[in-house]
Amino acid sequence: MNMNTNSSLPMEYQSEQSRLNILGFWIFIGAEIILFATLFAVYGVLKPRTAGGPTGADIFVIKDVIVQTLLLLTSSFTAGLVIYEMRRNHLKGLILWTVITLLLGAGFLYMEINEFIHYVEMGATMQTSAFLSSLFVLLGTHGAHVTLGIGWAILLMIQLAKRKITPVTAGKVHIWALYWHFLDVIWIFIFTFVYLAGVL
Amino acid sequence: MEKQEKGFPYGHVIGFLVAVALTIFALLVVFKTSFATSTKFTLIGLMAVFQAALQLFMFMHMTEGNDRDSKVIHTIYAIGMGIVIIVGSIWVMTAGHSIH
Repeated sequence: MNMNTNSSLPMEYQSEQSRLNILGFWIFIGAEIILFATLFAVYGVLKPRTAGGPTGADIFVIKDVIVQTLLLLTSSFTAGLVIYEMRRNHLKGLILWTVITLLLGAGFLYMEINEFIHYVEMGATMQTSAFLSSLFVLLGTHGAHVTLGIGWAILLMIQLAKRKITPVTAGKVHIWALYWHFLDVIWIFIFTFVYLAGVL
Repeated sequence: MEKQEKGFPYGHVIGFLVAVALTIFALLVVFKTSFATSTKFTLIGLMAVFQAALQLFMFMHMTEGNDRDSKVIHTIYAIGMGIVIIVGSIWVMTAGHSIH
């Protein structure tokens, strides 16, 4: 097995450390898949336990959920363009698409926070029923990840502005983009199995 | 296997359009068709799996680099475990076993 770097690969694979960091991050994503699987399992089990409180069909506002979905889906696309620009060695393009990605992510978070406020105003709080507890934990864990991803990217952009695109910083941006795409993957399942399945 | 990232990012745009199309298709199935609930559920579930695969292969570059086999095997294993956790939990807790 060739442990040396392969110059036909993009820059983020040119340093041994970055290559291993990327592999390590995929292993972390495996753990994240299990984390969200347990939360989906809990939600799937507790979904009918509404304890006389509202059901999903009573509280979900599908129009708003579609906007959230499009915001996150588009942000995953623009995060893809971040890597695309990085591999063309365009620092400005990289930063521009990252800023757009973060604005879309912030828009998503704004919608989600409003959604939570709307639920609580309707009397659907975390304490209302097992269904709502599991719903808030699943959505909240995803939303917390998005929040973390925004903070992470801001710190990365400061470093990129200082150090430019190098094998080390390229590896870091690649890993952040993996994280961001992963959050969209989780959202696809939330959109499908929480919201759409909730109003079937 | 690594193609130069030059010109217009066709792959990304196509991936994005397919993802949007799958989302719209899922919405149409739920709101504009009169299939049985279980049929709708299966169809939207399939759309979600397609879309997740699209993200993994088109945006997350899962199949590039010297570690591609490790990445793919580990991720598929994690997805398998996730399915066992979700389907297993729901089956055990809703098929009537939990009342004993």
